[in-house]
Formats: sequence, structure tokens, C-alpha cells
Amino acid sequence: MSGVAVDACREALNRAEAVNPSLNAFNTIAHDRALARAALLDREADRWRDAPLAGVPIAIKDNICTNGLRTTASSRMLASYVPPYDATVVERLEAAGAIIVGKTNCDEFAMGSSNENSAFGPVHNPWDLERVPGGTSGGSAAAVAAGVVPVALGSDTGGSIRQPSAMCGVVGLKPTYGRVSRYGLIAHASSLDQIGPIARRVRDAAVVLRVIAGRDSADATSASEPVPDFPAALTGDIRQTRIGVPRRLLDQGVDDEVSRAFFAALESLRARGAALVDVDLPHARYAIATYYLVATAEASSNLARYDGVRYGLRVPASSLQAMYAKTRASGFGPEVKRRIMLGTYVLSAGYYDAYYLKAQQVRTLILRDYEAAFGAPAAVDAVAMPTSPVPAFKIGERVDDPLQMYLADVFTVSANLAGLPAISVPCGFTTARLPVGLQLTGRRFDESMLLRLADAYERDAAWLTHQPPTIA
Amino acid sequence: MPAAFTRDQVSAIATLAHLELSADELDLYARQLGDVLAAVAELQRLDTSGVPPTAAIAPAGSIERADEPQACLDRATALASAPDPAPEQGFFRVPRVIG
Repeated sequence: MSGVAVDACREALNRAEAVNPSLNAFNTIAHDRALARAALLDREADRWRDAPLAGVPIAIKDNICTNGLRTTASSRMLASYVPPYDATVVERLEAAGAIIVGKTNCDEFAMGSSNENSAFGPVHNPWDLERVPGGTSGGSAAAVAAGVVPVALGSDTGGSIRQPSAMCGVVGLKPTYGRVSRYGLIAHASSLDQIGPIARRVRDAAVVLRVIAGRDSADATSASEPVPDFPAALTGDIRQTRIGVPRRLLDQGVDDEVSRAFFAALESLRARGAALVDVDLPHARYAIATYYLVATAEASSNLARYDGVRYGLRVPASSLQAMYAKTRASGFGPEVKRRIMLGTYVLSAGYYDAYYLKAQQVRTLILRDYEAAFGAPAAVDAVAMPTSPVPAFKIGERVDDPLQMYLADVFTVSANLAGLPAISVPCGFTTARLPVGLQLTGRRFDESMLLRLADAYERDAAWLTHQPPTIA
Repeated sequence: MPAAFTRDQVSAIATLAHLELSADELDLYARQLGDVLAAVAELQRLDTSGVPPTAAIAPAGSIERADEPQACLDRATALASAPDPAPEQGFFRVPRVIG
């Protein structure tokens, strides 16, 4: 059996099987399913000739449902769950000719910042196996960085596409809230979750976004906004664009080497013709506190469905109540329980106004900060920040300190709270050879601008020629 | 707002959340929930009077789907993932609820 699609698929599968013992990036490698699908594409080569992703091997985060292919959300709760339906993004990718080679490891139910909360063990960073890949889409980012697949899907609730992309030296795009259907994405925080691409190159992210974007009748929050030709936006011409820099926000807590790489990237964008403009996001410093109230409240509600009745784990008990409590005690890991507890508390009678309502009001203030920056007089097209204030940290270093862990998301969560698109593009390395990411946040539904800026930067930067030591 | 949580308070939250917690977990979460809530207390310093809450960044207007029958999961498929299905009767079986 051979052919273009089968050969590409076999190469990706071989690579996945070769690197997985050291990276733990995949929960499931869909060997037979992928090869059968590739063979079909080769047999029907004429029919698929013009498909935008014909024969492209792709990895899918394991919190996105795949019909007949185990989908665990990296939780004991769903360790043997096989969905009876495809997420809309999976349907669209396969209709475009993509071949799903596996399901990638992530933090349990996409809760975390380091991929250490997986029930199936942490993912290791291809640049340094002792370090985290970032989270929660750490398996997808590591698989792309290690050259297994050119592109993977992740999901992003507070930075879960962008932060691991930065720490693994790849491109990650969180689309505008509503740009991509969430149907079939295992819900974490429904007002924040978005699915998006993680890729080695900006162009590949643009191609995949075009395939997965657009209205879906199965998701009432998906937008009817027309889907532009994203790859066509990559003109390399960024003259007349204005990039906002919230300098006051970057004054403290940012690693020196991250800061140096970030400002060097801004200079590179300026050299290509973009204008750098100071902006102020006075409420951005409250984003982490706001996020952990809003996200945990929504998560505590969404995760109520795991009750041992319709699917997933059940721990037998003599009464219904005891069955619920024992099933959930056994099925959920420590971080998921912590968030369910916090969310339950902030939604409970007597505390709702002080915590949840307050957080929703501050969410409005954070949103208004961005609207002010995008409006006159600053009138910026994008706001630039480092994606993560620190490069990849050591596995185990932050697990006992949830607050310290949450700070890894300080620059990413506000895009989710404001529903804005944001991209992370590699912008250099620390002296210890750890990747650094530049984040650009844009106007609602203006992913084209972010992709154009990131692509223009990528053309001038030499980072693509670097490969992680584990695959060199 | 409590600055620290007692075991009983954590236990009450766990009951609401349908979670059975061990004694160690009760102590751990008593401390950690207190820490997290102390950290988010900075929000109280912000004056938000008159600021409307943002619950979601959803598309404007209500959305209706055409009222047309569509295929959905058949019963056997829906029951296939259940830990204790009763396919003959078409039920999800659970422990006895009443007496």
C-alpha cells in the first residue's frame, strides 16, 4: 500500500511512535484508522485533488470529540470514552482531506498551565525534556514542535493554545470567540473556550483556520460573520499598521530574556513598516483574578454532567448520591476538584454578587480597555505582549503552588475574557535554548491582521531554521 | 467573606459539588481556596458601580434554528457508552433512589 497520502501518513505515524516514549504527547495514536483514511484518499485522488488539506496529517487535542476514536480529555473520568459523533471542526478537517493521526495529551479537562494535570502523565517539552511544554494544549504543541505533524488543533480558554505554542517554539492562534464552532469540544468554560490551530508556520495556521471557521447550526454562539481567505491576507506588507505596546503592564514579572526577545521582535516589525504606539490597559492586571472566578464558575457548572450515569466512569455505591460523589472523587484529579470547589463556592448563595458578579463587571472593564486601544486616538490594529512572562519551567516546579501556576497565564487570559483573537509566534530563544513567544491580540474577527503581522515577522526571523534537540 | 475556610465549610461546598473528599483533601482545599480567594480580593478595590456585567461575548441577537426534524443519536448508540445501560428497556440504570 503506497501513495502520496499513505506515505505522508506513515511518516507522521512513525514519527509519533518514535517520539512518544520521550514526549508523551499522544494519548492515542490512531494508526489503523489514519492509514485506512489515507488509502481512501489515494484511491480517490481525483476527487480530493483540490481539497485544501488533502492528505495532511493532523493531530487533535484529546478534548475534541472524534467519532469512534477514544476521547479522554486526559481524565480518568473519560479514560475509555469513545464518542458517537465528531466535533464540527473534525468533520470540516476531514471534509478538507486532513488525516487524523492521533489525539494529543493535555491538562485534564483543559485545566492547567503546564500539562502536568493529565491523568496520563505530563508531556515533555521537545526543547528540554525536563521542562513542561506549557498547557493546556501541550501535546499538540509538542507534536508540532517535534515535527510529527505540520499542524494540530488545540483549545484555548485562558491561553491554552498560545502559551504552549510559545513554550514549544511554534505558532498558535486563538480565534475570535464565535469564529469556530465549539460543537464537540468538551466544555470547560463556555464563554471563554475556542478551538484553534497550532502550526509550525503562520501560513499553515491560516489555511487550517479557513477550513474550520464559520457558522455552525449546532453551536448557537458560532458567528455568521463571513470567513475571509486568511492565507490571502499574508501579503508581507504591514506598512500603515499600528501595534500597541502596553509598557506599564510589562514593567514587572517578565523574565529579562523574554523581555529582550519581545522588544527585539517589535523592532523587527517596526523595520518592516509597522508603527509602535504606547497603549494603556489599566485593568489588565486584574485579568487573572477575573479569569479564575469566571472560568471556575463556568467549569463547576459544565462538569456537573459527569455523574456516572450516561457515559464515563462509575464507582458503584448503594445510593444515587453516594454514587455521584464517589464517581466524581475517583474520576477527577486534584486541579479539576480544586476548580469545581472554587466555582461552586463563588456561585453559591451569599457569595455570588461579591465574586462572580464582580468578576463579570471587571470583565467589562477589561473589554473596554481593549476597545479604547483599538479606537481613536491610539487606533492600534493589534496589541503586543510576550505570550508568557517566563520560558518553559521545570516539571514539578510549580505543581504545589496553584497561584504561581496561574500567573503563567497573566498575558493570555484577557483575550479570552474580551473574546478577541490572539496569536503567538516564535520570537527567539533564551540562552538556555528555550523558545519565547510574541503575542498579538487583535480586533474581533480580524484574525487576518494578526496572521499578516505574524507572517511578516516570520519572514524576517530565522527561528524556523531551529529545531529542538530531540529531533535534530 | 471568610479569609480562611474551616473543614466544615469545605465539606459543605463539596456536598454541593457532589464530591467525596478525604480528610487530607479537606485540609488542602481549606488552605488553597483561602489563598486563591485572598488573591482575587484585589477586585474588591475596583469601583464597578454602574458597570454592566459581561456574561458572554456572543453574537448579537437571538438565534433560532429552522424548526425541522433532524437525525439524532439512536437509542442503542446513546446507551452504548453508559456504565450500566438497560438496553432492553431503553434506560440508564442507577442505584435505587426511593426507599
